[in-house]
Amino acid sequence: MKRTLYLTLFIFLALMAGCATAPVQKEPIIPAKRSVDEYAIPEKQQAFYVYDPWESMNRRIYNFNAVFDEYVFLPVVRAYEFVLPNFAQTGVTNFFNNLNEIQNLMNSLLQGKIVKVFNTIGRIAMNTTVGLGGFIDVATYEGVRRENEDFGQTLGFYGLGPGPYLVLPVAGPYNLRDATGWGVDLIAYNLVMNELYQELAIKGRDKDVANWGLLALFAIDKRHKYSFRYFMTGSPFEYEIVRKFYQVYREFLIEN
Amino acid sequence: MKRFSWLVFVIFLMGGAWSLAGAYDYPFKDPYLATVISTPSEFQPQLPEKIDYKLLSFKVFPERVVPSVFWYQREFRYSLTYQKGEAPLIFVIAGTGSSFYSANMIFFQKIFYQAGFHVICLPSPTSMNFITTASVTSLPGNIIADAVDLYRVMTMAWEQVKDRIKVSEFYLTGYSLGASEAAFVAKLDEEKRTFNFKKVLMINPAVSLYSSANILDKMLLAALPGGLKDFNDWLNRMLGRFAEVYKEMGYVDLGHDWLYDVYKTINKTQSPKRENLATMIGFAFRISSNNMIFTSDVMTNAGLIVPKNLVLGSADSLYEYFRATSTTTFVDYFDDLLFPYYKAKYPELSQERAIEIDSLHHIEAYLRNSTKIGLMGNEDDLILTSEDLAFLKDVFGSRAKIYPYGGHCGNMSYRENVKHMLNFFKS
Repeated sequence: MKRTLYLTLFIFLALMAGCATAPVQKEPIIPAKRSVDEYAIPEKQQAFYVYDPWESMNRRIYNFNAVFDEYVFLPVVRAYEFVLPNFAQTGVTNFFNNLNEIQNLMNSLLQGKIVKVFNTIGRIAMNTTVGLGGFIDVATYEGVRRENEDFGQTLGFYGLGPGPYLVLPVAGPYNLRDATGWGVDLIAYNLVMNELYQELAIKGRDKDVANWGLLALFAIDKRHKYSFRYFMTGSPFEYEIVRKFYQVYREFLIEN
Repeated sequence: MKRFSWLVFVIFLMGGAWSLAGAYDYPFKDPYLATVISTPSEFQPQLPEKIDYKLLSFKVFPERVVPSVFWYQREFRYSLTYQKGEAPLIFVIAGTGSSFYSANMIFFQKIFYQAGFHVICLPSPTSMNFITTASVTSLPGNIIADAVDLYRVMTMAWEQVKDRIKVSEFYLTGYSLGASEAAFVAKLDEEKRTFNFKKVLMINPAVSLYSSANILDKMLLAALPGGLKDFNDWLNRMLGRFAEVYKEMGYVDLGHDWLYDVYKTINKTQSPKRENLATMIGFAFRISSNNMIFTSDVMTNAGLIVPKNLVLGSADSLYEYFRATSTTTFVDYFDDLLFPYYKAKYPELSQERAIEIDSLHHIEAYLRNSTKIGLMGNEDDLILTSEDLAFLKDVFGSRAKIYPYGGHCGNMSYRENVKHMLNFFKS
């Protein structure tokens, strides 16, 4: 396990180094005709402003993610889509959505959103039983909407700002608050899963295999669901646009 | 028997009258609304959910070194969808700033594939990928030069795919700026004869690039009485409205159907304000033209936005240039980059002449006499002046199909429009 971790880290660093070539300045720089000082809207009044003190690192990771996406992630997802029939892919998505209800339930509770709590309990009950362990989303079919809550939103709900923008390797756009929230959700998830493993008497090596297998499948399913493709916005300012879009999207979720 | 045939006749008449009364049922009569929402899927023809297509690429200029800030633009990219047996091949040219992969392009890919065509989707010459990899000057906006660039990549794409598909004949179409370009490409093909296009359809073309761009540049300010500095507040107000709507709808995906849902939700309390819609359209155009301006500026080292000779790295912040570009209009680009470039080459060229050349007027005689070219347009197209519309009607005569509404490209995926499109190519 440790060796895999080192290998991943090594590939990551190698790719990062490859992505970031330092520019070589040969000729004297002449100020632009429409210079930033004269023509630009002040930094914080521009509509795409997002607090991003770690921009340089974030951009490197963004570029790394794009390369990783093209050469590793998407090929794996394509293979997955090729091998698995459509109904099974939907089943996998439903299965993870069902596991994710743990997070919805916990955070709806923490925010005192009673309707969401009851919806989510109803969904877990229906989907885990009639829905065969979550593979069939009976609840949505019955008109019980799936909620979308996480600990980042809970922190936001209680007034915590987003903090610096953060691009995580492979996982993509976050901010400090939501990345922290994600960590908390993961801990909660692990506690529940440990209970489940104990219940099912899965332990030792089997448990590791199950854990890592689930994680890999989770990542593949998640990528499979997103139609986003790096650099397909056709904008040289894609980084800025994605950054703003993520921020707005999170605000929407928090207000809801 | 006789009574029966009378009855049939009467029913036929009634049917005729009925279809005349409900002649054109595209849902949005307001051109701004039509342009923003376009056509929700319930008004579109039945389409396959997913079709197979190949993403293909090649190097147009093997010697060219793309600056490292555009490190991900390695090759010219396009898509191919093909039939198993012999079939006609249609080229589709995207509108301003769009890649071959935009929502509109995916729509065209599906309908033409479904109708039995091989389909090649091409990015707009104003798109970043095209400017960096396929444009000789990297300064798009001169339709004559852009058509030459397009013709080159079309020929190369055809070379690349001709062994894997069997083609009976060639067709060409495009929308918006892509439609204007299609006309120039068709004319070029009359000399070069690589494709010998059987039919060419122009969908919502711009007549004069400069005039249409000017209209769109100004549209951004429709809801900003205090000018661009008010944009941020305006956007926050709009986002606030969207957030309220989101509470009711519960999802965001930015597709046409989502926009339609937003519209329906908002419309319960008040209909959307026209000036807000106009600013949205202007904003979308501003983003596309900003992408183009920044890319061209860096590619040509013109020193308009980015200081001349400054070398940008792949992880350098571009935000300050983004801020400076966002106050730059297409017309600024024309005046400060495009025109000076040609002026340096042809000192006697006047600005008026340059604008005149950059329009369908320049190939009027060809368009007038070329029966293979058809036109689909709208009476209320926002990017056309009344003279532009009159020009199109006059030049194309019976080959023009002008719909009473639809705004700019709003109705091109509407059932009836699609039917007309396919009939045009198949007749």
